[in-house]
Amino acid sequence: MPQTLYEKLWNSHVVADLPGGEALLYIDRHLVHEVSSPQAFASLRDGGRRLRRSGTHLAVADHAVPTRTRGGIIDDPLARAQVAELEDNARSFDVPYRPLDGELQGIVHVIGPEQGYTLPGMTLVCGDSHTTTHGAFGALAFGIGASECGTVMAAQCLKQRRARTMRVELLGQADPLVTAKDIALAVIARVGALGASGHAVEYAGPAVEAMSMAARMTLCNMTIEAGGRVGLVAPDDVTFAYLKDRPLAPKGALWDQAVAYWRGLRSDPGAVFDQVVTLDVSGLAPHVSWGTSPDEAAPITARIPDPATLGADSARRHAEKALAYMDLQPGTALTDIPIQRVFIGSCTNGRIEDLRAAAAVARGRQVAPGVRAIVVPGSTATKHLAEAEGLDAVFMAAGFEWRHAGCSLCVAMNDDRLAAGERCASTSNRNFEGRQGPGGRTHLMSPAMAAAAAVTGRLTDVRDLMAPGEMTR
Amino acid sequence: MIQPFIRVDGPAAALPEENVDTDIIYPARFLLITARLGLGPYAFHDRRFRADGTEVAEFVLNRPEWREAPILVAGANFGSGSSREQAVWALLGRGIRCVIAPSFGEIFQANCYRNGVLPITLPPAQVAALSAAAAAAHPFAVDLEAGTVTVAGRPPIPFSVDLERRLALLNGWDETATLLNAYGADIGTFEERHRRHQPWLFEGENDA
Repeated sequence: MPQTLYEKLWNSHVVADLPGGEALLYIDRHLVHEVSSPQAFASLRDGGRRLRRSGTHLAVADHAVPTRTRGGIIDDPLARAQVAELEDNARSFDVPYRPLDGELQGIVHVIGPEQGYTLPGMTLVCGDSHTTTHGAFGALAFGIGASECGTVMAAQCLKQRRARTMRVELLGQADPLVTAKDIALAVIARVGALGASGHAVEYAGPAVEAMSMAARMTLCNMTIEAGGRVGLVAPDDVTFAYLKDRPLAPKGALWDQAVAYWRGLRSDPGAVFDQVVTLDVSGLAPHVSWGTSPDEAAPITARIPDPATLGADSARRHAEKALAYMDLQPGTALTDIPIQRVFIGSCTNGRIEDLRAAAAVARGRQVAPGVRAIVVPGSTATKHLAEAEGLDAVFMAAGFEWRHAGCSLCVAMNDDRLAAGERCASTSNRNFEGRQGPGGRTHLMSPAMAAAAAVTGRLTDVRDLMAPGEMTR
Repeated sequence: MIQPFIRVDGPAAALPEENVDTDIIYPARFLLITARLGLGPYAFHDRRFRADGTEVAEFVLNRPEWREAPILVAGANFGSGSSREQAVWALLGRGIRCVIAPSFGEIFQANCYRNGVLPITLPPAQVAALSAAAAAAHPFAVDLEAGTVTVAGRPPIPFSVDLERRLALLNGWDETATLLNAYGADIGTFEERHRRHQPWLFEGENDA
């Protein structure tokens, strides 16, 4: 019987079928960060347990770390203690650790792929919902809670229920200024914040095959914002070219053996999905969010919708509450919304390709008066690569702040936060109430769109600023 | 360590709102706290308090009838977003043992089971009726052995829970211990087979 990619990945990791319909699933890799791991390590200590395969885990601090400076003592005593606890735990339990001051530090979902830790065909988990990112490689990757992290450490397994499957078929060819982020927001607006709940989503079709690994990672990263815990792209030559010679990727004969195995990781012709969604990306406009749920997004050419026209009562009530929180009126053109802050970075859009796209817009322009804009590379290696390409100089000349790697303004638990009432053009993944700081207001968009907002001081259609072809440096 | 869930009685707080994400349940800035216990004061913090620290009197968990409510009747997609287990620990810290909703964020739901909190999924119309009964301060009884939610004076509403999850909740079992005891040998057998199929996943690892 033909199988989907998800079913192949699932079946190759089932240790045992459990009564009640769940399965015990083997976990190959576990990314460990400072927020969801202290309690997991504590559970090991409480139970007198050790890690079953300590070398399969990889620890790094990203959420709580300051990004203004690096190398000194962290000012916030709670953040300092949290990072120190991660270091101690990694040492005590013999878990590979990427020091905060080192070249290999960065956001878990950026460094995993960058270092070749993430590979097709594996299962990978992390106490972080955006673990969906790694599915871009054809890995079965999903976010878990801290208690589950403790189970993975001790047993290298998790109890899981097999998901239903959804295929998102992306047809056509997108405008060069329309990115995977715009496509992701369009898909989420279409299917809803619950649309992929209970499903493993496989992205396929010509528009996906044409995407870089960075773009595929952005797409898979946002799957959780449609409720899907797993996003997938079948590995292909683009994947293999990205991975070849990465430090932790297999080498020599083992590489050839791996690639041969990975080539089989695709949905068979005739494989049946529980749901299929088709979107033609040709002619798609850049998208921005206007509400407090990621499905409250629209083309930049649109106006704020009137909640009364939204059909379902629940959607109307949510939109009314969202517009009150966002201080927006129905009928306002999205391009008439002024912003005070700009954030370019995160596990969604903090890769070198994202920084290049933003820099192409920033080059020769100036951040608008009254706007504070920051660029935060997703990893220290990405930062250094961008600096080698001169992107830091482009950003700083334009009035952007150039930061060290970390989660930064994506999540209000480090030094970077919005003040109440501040409005931010952000390349992150969540526009939830208070996500970027209590009372802060978030509009999600692509790096190029965020850079465009920075230089105009309002939400802007980047296509109005840039000539076609100007994106290629 | 995990408190068994057998039966819970008391008032139910109604929060009939869609997409109440874990950032709302447990604001990010409190994630710097590494403890599991004592997080109750931070549950729904930014809904319960204004920026100046004064209480929002009309928020359901601030109203005298529901301050101690052990049950929450919520809207669709409750607990969506971030995987932070602190959301469950904070609810538990307030004494909330059961959440009833039309649907849940999947990771939040899994986190509930791991902490002796019962997430009950019911059709939207039933949840709406329970929400109205909760808002009218009718007492609730949630009985996991019987598999029913009962509003005082009304017929019980049946709900279903996965067999293994139900047993774990009723007994307060720790999942890690359960797995290691029952499947320790199977894990080893699988590992040997897996190593033959994808040897590169075992390369360069110093797990001896």
